Amino acid sequence: MRKLLALLVVLAMLISVAPALSQDMVELRIRWYDDGNEGEVLRDLLDRYEMENPGVSIEIDTVPYRSILEQLPLDLAAGEGPDMARVTDLGGLAEYYLDMTPYLSDPAYWEENFGPFLNWKRQPGDMSSIPGFMTQLTITGPLINRTLFEQAGIDVPSDMSDSVSWEEWAAASVAVAEALEIPYPMAMDRSGHRFAGPAISSGAMYFDDMGHPTVMDEGFRNMAELFVNWHLDGTMHPEMWPLSEGYAGANEEFANAELVFYMSGSWQVGQFSEQIGDAFDWQVVPNPCGPGGCTGMPGGAALVGIGATEHPEEVTAVMEYLASQEVLGEFAARTLFIPAHAGLSSAGVDFDTDLQLAKDALGVFVGQVGTLEQTAFDLQAYAFNRAVFDATRDRLTQAMVGELTLDEAIARIQDDVDTALAEQG
Amino acid sequence: MQFTSLQNPGFPSLLAGKGENLRLLTILDPLTRPILLMLVTAVDRLLTPIQRRVGIDKMGYFFILPNLLIFGIFVLLPMLLNFYYAMTGGTKLFPADRPFIGLGNFETLFDCGDFLSPNSCQEDLFWRGIFNTIQFVIFQVSGIVLFSLMTALVLNRKIVARGFFRSVFFYPVLLSPVVVALIWKWVLQHEGLLNAIVEIFGGESTRWLLDPNWAMFWVVFVSVWALMGFYTLILLAGLQSIPPELYEASSIDGAGSWQDFRFVTLPLLMPTMFVVLVLALIRAVQMFDQIYVLTGGGPGTRTQLLVQYIYTTGFSNQIQLFGLSAAASMALGITLLVLTLLQLRLGNQSSLA
Repeated sequence: MRKLLALLVVLAMLISVAPALSQDMVELRIRWYDDGNEGEVLRDLLDRYEMENPGVSIEIDTVPYRSILEQLPLDLAAGEGPDMARVTDLGGLAEYYLDMTPYLSDPAYWEENFGPFLNWKRQPGDMSSIPGFMTQLTITGPLINRTLFEQAGIDVPSDMSDSVSWEEWAAASVAVAEALEIPYPMAMDRSGHRFAGPAISSGAMYFDDMGHPTVMDEGFRNMAELFVNWHLDGTMHPEMWPLSEGYAGANEEFANAELVFYMSGSWQVGQFSEQIGDAFDWQVVPNPCGPGGCTGMPGGAALVGIGATEHPEEVTAVMEYLASQEVLGEFAARTLFIPAHAGLSSAGVDFDTDLQLAKDALGVFVGQVGTLEQTAFDLQAYAFNRAVFDATRDRLTQAMVGELTLDEAIARIQDDVDTALAEQG
Repeated sequence: MQFTSLQNPGFPSLLAGKGENLRLLTILDPLTRPILLMLVTAVDRLLTPIQRRVGIDKMGYFFILPNLLIFGIFVLLPMLLNFYYAMTGGTKLFPADRPFIGLGNFETLFDCGDFLSPNSCQEDLFWRGIFNTIQFVIFQVSGIVLFSLMTALVLNRKIVARGFFRSVFFYPVLLSPVVVALIWKWVLQHEGLLNAIVEIFGGESTRWLLDPNWAMFWVVFVSVWALMGFYTLILLAGLQSIPPELYEASSIDGAGSWQDFRFVTLPLLMPTMFVVLVLALIRAVQMFDQIYVLTGGGPGTRTQLLVQYIYTTGFSNQIQLFGLSAAASMALGITLLVLTLLQLRLGNQSSLA
């Protein structure tokens, strides 16, 4: 009985002290998605932060990428949502970001190192806010299965020329696929963003003189025509675009050596290092060329603070820690992500992999930064670029299956974009 | 039925120890009995003053109040909100921030050069969704009614392993629509099971889901396969409620199997068939998840039904057009209501006849 009483007294004391303890503890939540191992690396980095800052607890809510695109905007519009989030619709969600400037110990560090990419996360007319940092810079570009070229006895076009056209790559890929009876010569991620690089290379302007988005030009049409025809004649993976809704990738086909040429991007390097390793020689090649250049699209994901947070100072402190050159360098090295940080770009990142194929692939992607056209940067910085990308993806798919002619599809893309922007106001 | 107080002689058994319900108390174990008595007493104390205040006749409203509240909050309120959203424009989430545009969204949806040609409509995807939905509903509902009826008739006979077969046909109902779609996706993909079988028999492999007509066929087929077990069960219950004497009488009159079916089974099963028809129709019009996973609405928009259009317009696009989406969902709701009323009317006429 005495023991029971003692136990009750201890319990009562604990209960009375607990609220006081919990009041001191700040809990922050990050809405996150994973392409590869970055969630694991982030957790490790945050564990260290929590050790040094015992008053802060940070929870990572890992969700599917689709949830970041569809659910997060609704949560933010409703004034709900996390304290921080990893986003790719950088400009589209800008109205919900936290401007960390008043809380930052050294705003100049952010301008100096993240300067070119801060605009991507700002609302039109905003020239000064600092809402977050890029967790990675991505560059779109093609990956090839070099082993298949060697087995087929066909030269890799980029070995012989610095400027290979899309048509040349298509011809070579088809030849390899036919020689080895590989099911898919080429594939491109089902994404208007992925299509934009080839379109700009083909001469697409994407903006008119007034800065309004447009797809009504010869450059866009030429690439769209090639692309649709390649789906009809089997050059491109015939099912990926017509039989999907939203984004779709050909990772599985590429990793299974069923695909010769895969137009995707730098974020795949980490994943393919693990999935493929050195089972065959996979290689990143420079973006194919056209009259408009040899460009891919820049892009990436950013970790941003959310304006509705109740703990702006703590959020900023966590962001400062993660965005520091040392921590971000470790994050990039361990995730095999290209850092969007001036200091790290000039110092270089020693990527944490023994796989030479991965190091070479990252090297080619980093080298592509210099070949990106200004239109590509402008389109990436445009707040409503997803309206253009999504309409491109959906309407070109309709042209592939014969629901619309190519010209009808292009007119519909323009119409969809105009309607959406008019509603946006 | 009238409610009477637990202390009222009209409902005396539990507390007063009289009447048939006393048996209920006597079969309960000694631990449960006092708890139940306490509960009954508590409910009685709570309800008696309310009943005195509102009267016996109105106590029914009191009992349905909790359900009515839940219905109001989760069904009625969203419907009213949806109605309001349909009358507003812009991209803001909160109703108060959205400009009122009256019937503007409906005008956009119905802005067509030729209603039979989706390409002539401003919102062509809405009309493609409507035509696809009509086609899907006709084939899927017919398929479900026909195959469920056939299956129920077979399973109602004294066949070997009847219980096993009943389970087999019901099993797909237990699967999640996403799982069903994934299973069939593996079967139907180019390197899938179906093509392997076709090739064994010397045929050529086909991209089943890439061909627009095959895609619609498979979407209907998979849906019928997944759902018919549920409707079979309902029809089976209907079949078992038909008195066997009627079959005996028809047999004495010299009726054959077909005449049994035509003049005994079918007329008596008709009310159950109408229930199946209404349920299947409502479910078919609402179909989304299974098709979304199986074909993504493709190839192109060939299997994109109206619900997917509503979802994409309202939630999937970067610039989310809640108003247009709400207007489309209202159009869908009204269509469903009209169809259901029509069916009920036909059902009543049929049962009167």
